[in-house]
Order: sequence, then structure tokens, then C-alpha cells
Amino acid sequence: MTDLLKIDGLDAFYGDFQALFRIDFKMAEAETVALVGANGAGKSTFLKCLTGLLGTRGQSVVYRGTNIAGLPSFQIARQGIAMSPEGRRLFPSLSVRENLMLGANVGRKGQWDLAAVQALFPILEEKRDIPATLLSGGQQQMVAIGRALMSNPALLLLDEVSLGLAPVIVRDIYAALPDIRAGGTAVLLVEQDISMALQVSERMYCFQEGHVSLSGASAEMTRDMISAAYFGRDKEVT
Amino acid sequence: MEWINAIVQGILLGGLYALFAAGLSLMFGVMRFVNLAHGDFIVAGAFGALLLFERLGLHPLLTLVIVLPVMAVFGYVGQRLVLNRVVGRDILPSILVTFGFSVILQNLMLEQFSADSQRLSAGALDTASFAIGTLSIGAVPLLMFGAAVAVLGGLNWFFGHTNTGRLLRATSDDGEIIGLMGADRRHLFAVATAIASAVVAIAGVLMAVKTNFDPSAGPIRLLFAFEAVIIGGLGSLWGTLVGGIILGVAQGIGAQIDPGLQILAGHIVFLIILVVRPQGLFPKQKG
Repeated sequence: MTDLLKIDGLDAFYGDFQALFRIDFKMAEAETVALVGANGAGKSTFLKCLTGLLGTRGQSVVYRGTNIAGLPSFQIARQGIAMSPEGRRLFPSLSVRENLMLGANVGRKGQWDLAAVQALFPILEEKRDIPATLLSGGQQQMVAIGRALMSNPALLLLDEVSLGLAPVIVRDIYAALPDIRAGGTAVLLVEQDISMALQVSERMYCFQEGHVSLSGASAEMTRDMISAAYFGRDKEVT
Repeated sequence: MEWINAIVQGILLGGLYALFAAGLSLMFGVMRFVNLAHGDFIVAGAFGALLLFERLGLHPLLTLVIVLPVMAVFGYVGQRLVLNRVVGRDILPSILVTFGFSVILQNLMLEQFSADSQRLSAGALDTASFAIGTLSIGAVPLLMFGAAVAVLGGLNWFFGHTNTGRLLRATSDDGEIIGLMGADRRHLFAVATAIASAVVAIAGVLMAVKTNFDPSAGPIRLLFAFEAVIIGGLGSLWGTLVGGIILGVAQGIGAQIDPGLQILAGHIVFLIILVVRPQGLFPKQKG
């Protein structure tokens, strides 16, 4: 199977502070991978590196055979990596429909357009003319995912989709995942809810203090292995 | 009757102030960038019109055909080459650079055109007027006001109905992640500056026809622009028009009381609004 994404020894910095240390990471085309870890483990930083929001100049982030490290974020988006960012980051002065339309600005053709996204999340059609940030948290999350889908990504990054949402809403959002994957889109999801993450993913990574502390097939993970990797009580499991 | 006349003239003058303010507001809105040379660019537009009028014999209003695209291109290139390097979290570098622009522009104009006060004559248009009852409304002020409404209406439509307009609004909301939308922020910034410069060109040419100007006339125009933007509330173009009108009317009434009070009355009303409603009359909706 060809690699969609292959990262070797990625470091990331905020000024003098090093947030990621020699991260090795791989994803195959159309694969669903979960990334878990405690707050501050570097999960969102990692996604920022992938999307070019954080500089990775001179490093090795190979996407579909070319090194995209150091490219500006708009070029990475045009090559097919889209993100629903942490905290959703919707544009408050734009309506729901306008927020979705901006995702299409990336200019990639494919199965996802306004009609397809509204069919996936019907509530977004009903609320299309309302300023996006006046929606409920769950609906805002749907806009953020829909906006990312509008670019017809080959790789969709979902950062903390369930954060602050009621379990029933989270279930609604995750119900869309099979439809998203059906089109061949690979999904990398960062998730606090570990059982949910394991349930929907094929493989998983656990980060701890900027290092990969555990990785492997999701089905083979035990609760103990993850809690050890998550909290760092026992480093032997790596 | 004199009072009503003063108010009507103030309203029409407000159109010009709104044009001064629109470019400033646009650049600040999209880039959080304060262009201290804004007023000097307006004056440069006026001198550009003067130059074309004297050399080519163009009608003052027709000079816009050249002044507007030249300034828009200058705005785009200037943003890409210089200003994009100082846009960022820290507002100080941009203030220093545009302050430098202001000094350079003023001195270049002084060198080229001398310190004499200039005025562009639009021929018969200068003195043309319409009588409404006992009021007499000049053609030039009316034209200015009409131009302001047309420009602001056009910008409003552009921001609401085009993809680039949406991108600029989104950049104003959260410029950090605009790259995720596949848009190059440096290009969007330059587009915003180009549009602002086009509006500056219109404001400059109209100002040249309306009033006297000289190379040092920029900073006071910048001040009027700031006041109109802040009265109206950042982020609302129609608010900017209302801000311009309030400023114009305040100056008109001030001048009616005592000619020396004209400018001061505008500043006083501005300060009162700043104290009573610091967010402006039509603040941008926050998410």
C-alpha cells in the first residue's frame, strides 16, 4: 500500500520551546488513524505542522511522494490536506453557507459540494443564512467539518471534534464518518474520547509530551497499554 | 434657514469624509494595519489629478481614469514588496513604516509642487447648483456625496457577493487560518490595499475639486478619516458614511456658530462619541 503521508523525525517549536520531538508517522491512502494524548502532548501542534500553519522548513513531511515541509498553508490545502481546527474557528461575520463556500475556494473537484455537505448535515441547509457562530456547538462543529470537506481533501484532519459537546451530539457527528470515508478520504482524528477514537480508527498513535509513546492497530490496543502511554507511568509498552 | 443650509452642506461634506475613511477602515479591518500615510496618499491622488490636468488638459474628473488604476497597482505592489513584511501581531513596525512613508511623500510633493496651495477647477461644474426651496445645493458637493454612496454601496456588494469579498471578510475575522481555505494571505492583503488605494484615488480627485490642498494637507485628512471610522464603528461601511456625516454636520454647525469653530466642533463631537459609545455607532458583530 502506498503511503499517503510519511513523516520522519519531525521536530516543532514555538519560539524556543520545543513541542514535538522526532515524530515518526505514517498514513496510507483512505486510512483512518486516531491520535490521542493528554492536553499539551502536542497533538494540535502536529496537525498545525501538517497544514503548514506552523513552519516545518527543511524537515521531512512527505505527502503523496513529495516533501511539503515548509510550504505555505494555502499550497498544502490545494494539494488536498484539509482541517477542521481545534475550537472550530468559524468566521463570525460570515453565514453558515458562506463559511462552507470558503472551503470550496481551495478549488479541488470531487464529490463534496454545498449540496453534498448539506445532505450530510441537513441542519446546515436549514440554518444556511445564520451567522455561523450563532449556531449551537454541535452545529458549529458540523460547519467546520463541512467547510473542510468542501475542499475535497485526500486527507481530512479533525481536531477535537467532540470537545465540549454532549455525547448524543458527538454520536451524530461521528455518524457522518462512514460517508466521509466512503469517498476514499483518509481521516486523521485527534480525540480526547479514547474509546470513540479506537472504535472508528484502524490504527492509532498516542503522543506524550511531544513524543510518540504508543502506536499500532487500534483493535489490538488494551486499556492498560493506552493509559500507560497516555499518562507515562510505564514507558516499556512502547 | 442658514442652519438648515449648514446641516445640508455638512451632510454632503460627510460623503467626502466617508471616502477618506473607507480605505483606512478596509485596511485596518483586513490586516489590523494602521496606515499613517493614508492622508498623504489622498493628497498625492489630488496632485496626480493636478498634474494630469495641467500636462494633458484632462477634465479633473476624467483624470480618475488614470489616477485610479495607477494608485491601485501602486497599492498592490507596495503591499507585496514592503507592507507585507511588517504586518503581524506587533502593530508598531507598521506604524513606523507608514509614518516614514508619510514623511517621504510629503517631502516629495513639497519638492515637486512647492508649498503653494492648489485647487483644481472643474469649470462650470464648480459653480453649478440646484435650488431646492430656498436651499442652494452645489453640484460638486452633491457629486461627492453621490460618489461616496456609490463607492460604499459597490464595496458592500463586493464584500457580500463575491468570493474575494468573502475571503477578505474571513481574513478580517481570523486571518491566521485563511490559508486553510487555499487562499494566499499575502495576495489578499495586497488586494485589500489595492481596493483601499482605488478609493483613496477617488477621494483625492474629489478633494482636489472641492477644496484647496497643499503637500502638508495629509495629516488632517487622516484625522478626519480616523474620526469618521471610529464614530461609525469599525467594520461597517455604512457606519463609516454615518460617521462621516456626523463629522461633517458637526463641522458645518460649528462653522455656523463661528467660522473658527469648524474643525474644533468636529473634534468635540468625536470625543463625546468616543466617551459615550467607544465601540462606535455600528460596531462589527462579534462571534
